[in-house]
Amino acid sequence: MAERTALFGCHQAAGARFVDFNGWDMPVQYTSILAEHRAVRSHAGIFDTSHMGQIAVRGQDAGAWLDWLLPNDIAGLAIGQARYSPLLADDGGTLDDLMVYRLSDEDYLVVVNAGGRAGDLAWFEEHRRGAVDIEPRYADRAMIAVQGPAAVDVVAALAEDGLATLPRFAIRPAKVAGRSVLAARTGYTGEDGLELFLSGSDAPAVWDTLLGAGVTPCGLGARDTLRLEAGLPLYGNELDRTTNPYEAGLGWTVKLAKPAFIGKEALIAVKASGPARTLVGFRVEDRGIARHGHPVLVDGQPAGVVTSGSYTPTVDAAIGMAYLPTPAAVVGAPIQIVVRDRPLAARIVPRPFYRRER
Amino acid sequence: MNIPEELGYTKEHEWVRFNDDGTVTMGITEFATDQLGDVVYVDLPPVGTTVRQFEKFGEIESVKAVSELFSGISGEVVEVNEKLGDQPELVNSDPYGEGWMLRVRPSNPAERDNLLSAADYGALTA
Repeated sequence: MAERTALFGCHQAAGARFVDFNGWDMPVQYTSILAEHRAVRSHAGIFDTSHMGQIAVRGQDAGAWLDWLLPNDIAGLAIGQARYSPLLADDGGTLDDLMVYRLSDEDYLVVVNAGGRAGDLAWFEEHRRGAVDIEPRYADRAMIAVQGPAAVDVVAALAEDGLATLPRFAIRPAKVAGRSVLAARTGYTGEDGLELFLSGSDAPAVWDTLLGAGVTPCGLGARDTLRLEAGLPLYGNELDRTTNPYEAGLGWTVKLAKPAFIGKEALIAVKASGPARTLVGFRVEDRGIARHGHPVLVDGQPAGVVTSGSYTPTVDAAIGMAYLPTPAAVVGAPIQIVVRDRPLAARIVPRPFYRRER
Repeated sequence: MNIPEELGYTKEHEWVRFNDDGTVTMGITEFATDQLGDVVYVDLPPVGTTVRQFEKFGEIESVKAVSELFSGISGEVVEVNEKLGDQPELVNSDPYGEGWMLRVRPSNPAERDNLLSAADYGALTA
């Protein structure tokens, strides 16, 4: 039996179509993936992301411990700030990717992928040191993402306390529709927006109020095409146990100047030699759509595999990402994607495929 | 779900219309488009291709998935809906009309008896 979020009833009432996602019964679409995608790019969409793991890390040593656990700089994270980081094994392979929000001096919120939650918690416990308390609080917590050019204004109009001025990658308590939330100016769509963390019992009222304010409910289908256009990696596609941050284009999350963190020695070696393969974006030029798992040819020879691929409506083309040997990962170079035994012409293009106007 | 009475159907969710000139027109049902979601690409065979009843003649892709298209009848393709190249969304908006796919000259009109009636197809998708 799949788990259900606190918003399951809202999705059912809205006529959502459901899909099993990492053991969660989640809406994949309400009306149309394309229409939901366009709503986020043009106005605002709302996503139930309550399936994501919310882990509280607290205690006197919480900040120092997270700084050692993760390759990015957590020691330097100010109260009320958020930072993205991969979670690495000793060999530099990627176990998951996550967001760290510093809520107070000794109180951090770590948000991980639904599929990684159990493994991450075990990893955290196994590597726990010092005065650190780890509390999974997924059961009673919800998370709502409001994304799009109008998203911040729509939420701010329902909040008591001027959320419109919240800086990017900041988080603070707020009241939205009369309910207590933590509001963060973060997201996973390539648009401006907010992510709201709140109790499961408050979530349906906040969700319904936002719908009433004119935002479009969006499922996981649109979430995937939006993040793909924004060039954002998805764990299980672009990132897995065999990929390291340098080949994934996430070198900026690795702070080798830190005294120690898990995976540091392995990553020093990768950086010295340069990554053997590199994640690229591509655009299909023939008619057809490349998808996850399709082989990639360079000069007619097998050279890699598509990690994510779809038609996406803002770019209005079939696009995707793939790992290629680093010497072949040159923007502008022609490649081929083998789609059901048929090689399609494609070209390496810069990521992101879409960048919002600021 | 709209299942026009006068059409024949396959178990794979294609419909077949028998035209007065002896040709047949084929497409996919509203049930199929509802299952697929937004259609973004339709791969159809060129005019002159021979298709066989219940065998694959093309592919259709939505944002999330790819599916095969199966012919409702055997014969020669005499016309292809070229509009679907630029407007694949016609399959969603008008599956029994503007979203048609192929017109075929049947080689064995008796194959019509192998198709499902609207009532039988309705029972299949209920």
